[in-house]
Amino acid sequence: MSGDRREWPLYEVFVRGKRGLNHVHVGSLHAPDDAMALRHARDVYTRRNEGVSIWVVRADAITASSPDEKDPLFAPNGDKVYRHPTFYEIPGDVPHM
Amino acid sequence: MTTTPTERDPEERLRAGFDATIARHDRIEPRDWMPDAYRRTLVRQIAQHAHSEIIGMQPEGNWIGRAPSLRRKAILLAKVQDEAGHGLYLYSACETLGVSRAELTDLLLAGRQKYSSIFNYPTLSYADVGTIGWLVDGAAICNQVPLCRTSYGPYGRAMIRICKEESFHQRQGYELLMTMMRGTDAQRAMVQESVDRFWWPSLMMFGPPDAQSPNSARSMAWGVKRNSNDELRQKFVDMTVPQAEALGVTLPDPDLRWNEERGHHDFGEPDWEELAAVIAGNGPCNAQRLAHRRAAHEDGAWVREAATAFAERSAGAGAR
Ligand SMILES: [Fe+2]
Ligand SMILES: [Fe+2]
Repeated sequence: MSGDRREWPLYEVFVRGKRGLNHVHVGSLHAPDDAMALRHARDVYTRRNEGVSIWVVRADAITASSPDEKDPLFAPNGDKVYRHPTFYEIPGDVPHM
Repeated sequence: MTTTPTERDPEERLRAGFDATIARHDRIEPRDWMPDAYRRTLVRQIAQHAHSEIIGMQPEGNWIGRAPSLRRKAILLAKVQDEAGHGLYLYSACETLGVSRAELTDLLLAGRQKYSSIFNYPTLSYADVGTIGWLVDGAAICNQVPLCRTSYGPYGRAMIRICKEESFHQRQGYELLMTMMRGTDAQRAMVQESVDRFWWPSLMMFGPPDAQSPNSARSMAWGVKRNSNDELRQKFVDMTVPQAEALGVTLPDPDLRWNEERGHHDFGEPDWEELAAVIAGNGPCNAQRLAHRRAAHEDGAWVREAATAFAERSAGAGAR
């Protein structure tokens, strides 16, 4: 087999489906550098106009929460129910609310 | 276990969390804890699926240079390119389980991971391009639609992307066959001959009968698989019979008939010994497919090396 055992780095790919939407994670790919990662992303993830803009970022540059941290990291949302519109009771006959 | 529920060890608590997620039909995501056997099963299944997409380019790729018109050539190129994309979506999903793409490629090239038996059959006429789109991609769709709801998140998301593209594959194949069926007697005979060769191997794509598929039950319990092999095979037959009638071809099975009582078609038994032989490496094209894949990988080595060298040099220039 070939001697190129050094694997190209892994990139995560994010695509903006159309103007007005956020970039959304669609998958990953390997590429030797940022410019090639963008080209590969276009070929692999947008063969049918799936996007108007692509972000690629090296997977090792991403910091993620881990499931074990779930409680301390996300728990504060749990007791802030006033962040949600359903917290507020408005009479049904008030229009456009 | 002798421990009481209150003093359960951490692994047991993690397992309970995993089981509860599966029971809610919720998805398992890459950073979640999962049993080793679940991870191994997924790696094997997703890798095999990815390899099938990649090897699956060969039978049809065989005809790109000999497509009968520019229109057919453009369609076939797009279809084969899609299959490459499907392979990459799936390798990407598989890598989230902690294996590397290079590892998976090596395992395929060493013959230590499988791909679908169907791609070990030759494509002898251009009608085969149509038949593969209609029957082989059709069977793949039957298999893949339920996998969009598989319990492992990245696998399900890859399947959703793939299923969106498969409908083009099946329709271009069926349209190709319809066009030939409107042609000469010789063209109609070509279509029938092609269907005769691909019908049984297509039924085998769903795997051995449930009774001989020992891992199926566990995969179903984990939500990795959503339907049994025999259920999916039956569904495929029921879907395909009216399409064959509309096309005007005969499916080569004397036992194929509608069963009013069951509300399904009865059909004959595929030759399971043939399937076992093809899986064991003794199908008509096994050696050729792997040799071609190996050569393609080795012939591409200089490109990978050149791109790496270029990236290193540009990074050096940028840092000054
Ligand atoms: Fe595919
Ligand atoms: Fe396909």
